[in-house]
Amino acid sequence: MTSTTDYQELEALARKGRWLAISTVAGSGAGHVGGPFSAMDIMVALYFRVMKVRPEEPKWPERDRFILSKGHSSIGQYVVMALRGFLPVEELKTFDKGGSRLQGHPDVTKLPGLETSTGSLGQGLSVGLGFALGARMRGQKFHTFVMMGDGELQEGMIWEALHIAPRYKLGNLTAILDWNGLQQFGWVLAINEQHRGDRRDPWSGIDLRGTFEKLGWRCLEINGHDFSQIVPALESAKASGDSDQPTMIIAHTIKGKGVHFTEGKHEWHSKVATKEELKIVAAQLGIVEAGV
Amino acid sequence: MKALRDVFGDTLVSLGSTNPDVVVLDADLANSTKADKFAMAYPARFLQMGIAEQNCVGVAVGLASLGFVPWLSSFTVFFTHRAIDPIRMLVAQTQANVKIGAAYAGLMTGLTGKTHQDVQDLAIMRAMPDMTVLAPADAIEGEAIIRWATEYEGPVFVRLARDASADVFDQEYRFVPGRTISLKEGGDVLLISTGPQSVRCLQAAELLQGQGISAGVLHVPSIKPVNKEEIVKAAEKVKLVVTVEEHSIYGGLGGLVAEILSEASPRRVIRFGIEDRWGESAPNDYLLDAFRMSPARLGERIQKLVA
Repeated sequence: MTSTTDYQELEALARKGRWLAISTVAGSGAGHVGGPFSAMDIMVALYFRVMKVRPEEPKWPERDRFILSKGHSSIGQYVVMALRGFLPVEELKTFDKGGSRLQGHPDVTKLPGLETSTGSLGQGLSVGLGFALGARMRGQKFHTFVMMGDGELQEGMIWEALHIAPRYKLGNLTAILDWNGLQQFGWVLAINEQHRGDRRDPWSGIDLRGTFEKLGWRCLEINGHDFSQIVPALESAKASGDSDQPTMIIAHTIKGKGVHFTEGKHEWHSKVATKEELKIVAAQLGIVEAGV
Repeated sequence: MKALRDVFGDTLVSLGSTNPDVVVLDADLANSTKADKFAMAYPARFLQMGIAEQNCVGVAVGLASLGFVPWLSSFTVFFTHRAIDPIRMLVAQTQANVKIGAAYAGLMTGLTGKTHQDVQDLAIMRAMPDMTVLAPADAIEGEAIIRWATEYEGPVFVRLARDASADVFDQEYRFVPGRTISLKEGGDVLLISTGPQSVRCLQAAELLQGQGISAGVLHVPSIKPVNKEEIVKAAEKVKLVVTVEEHSIYGGLGGLVAEILSEASPRRVIRFGIEDRWGESAPNDYLLDAFRMSPARLGERIQKLVA
């Protein structure tokens, strides 16, 4: 079950998802690339391997719930949902256009399959906490996953939820930290200061794992681009749904992961690829039907 | 005559006995808002969220999506100022079935001063699409509104004063969203008010009657939605329209009435309320006098206007 080949399908889906994301943004003339790329592998694992969902019945009461709290990475979620069958892949072309179900930030009133609206940062974990608490009160067995960004983690409301979830012993709640180390503008580096990206990690030098653990979260730390770590961590979190501790999966990721010129570049937070760049992207991702 | 906070607590307890989906989320003020009565009656459905209003709102949204009917318990000011972004994005924009029990609204907040007084809430909440905004005058209307909001599917903001006001309604009262209620007819001046201030307007109108001034009182418990035609009709029957609210004169009931009349039936509208300044810690009587909102002060002001 966990052989290397077992993840080839997920890897291929993630490559396709990245292609659809960057090409959709290019088609719309606006949108985010870096964040969707850093979150892509985890979302593919969630929708294709870990979560029980019914694309044909998005309101199925027993479905697992996923909230993309870092809502500006919406295109990443939309492409994974499209590949999973929640919406036609063709519909991705409407992204950000007037009248579209695919708003710039996820809108639960427009697209079935979304669980809440996100976009103003820091709010998704609280809604997920409500799902998990309600599931316990109702005796429902579904699991709730909430993905947050590390830049987003600066929002105070998240810390309110981080404090409350362990008090209610919500083992059926899993937060995923997409720790790509870059935010939109961020703190500039001092002269001669070195970093893996070109800006300082928002949480550099801070023991986030220790902080979460002391607040009462069970922590798993993974490479967020390695399916052999992603899938077991998500499955372990889900398997502990009846436990009395929520899980925090700290996923070390690279913003813009998947294409050499977007990786670790803050300017690809939101940027539109040129036709020439799209050709390179298609080649690097092994997309043959790209038509660029 | 019963304090509106007791009405809140008692009505929640009553609703809790018939509706197992009613839950209460508190931001650590239940013994002030009287949601503690619900905590005693149904501890498993009372969810303490700590001094963290934003998360409290978000958790309620999650619970609402599972079919619960969450009532939020905190002071008005912490909803409309501190937690306004989750109320905007998570509650109003998704039309979540969340009920905001906005306690300690207005000036009279039990000696807490300007930090805890909220006289901008109507302006803020009224500008929010998909939000229903209600302000009961007395205990009977308070209970009726809390019951109606629990049955209604969608976000509701209920502006609840802390203390009691004299009863103006009897047990026959039924809340109808949008409807305005004439508490008194009068030909010289029409006082349009909301919340417990409507009761003080009625008392002012009775004082004015003794001085030969015929003042009507129109109570607007439903700030949004509101029946515009009823306001136009009532205004067209009198010489002068005065709005009176325990709220800023900017953007609340006065704004609402001025907007409606300027489009449908242009006329002079005088707005009484909190002028462009903050409140202070003081007993209720002091505040009503200082802000010229007591029946006696209102009477004097109206007398000068119609003289």
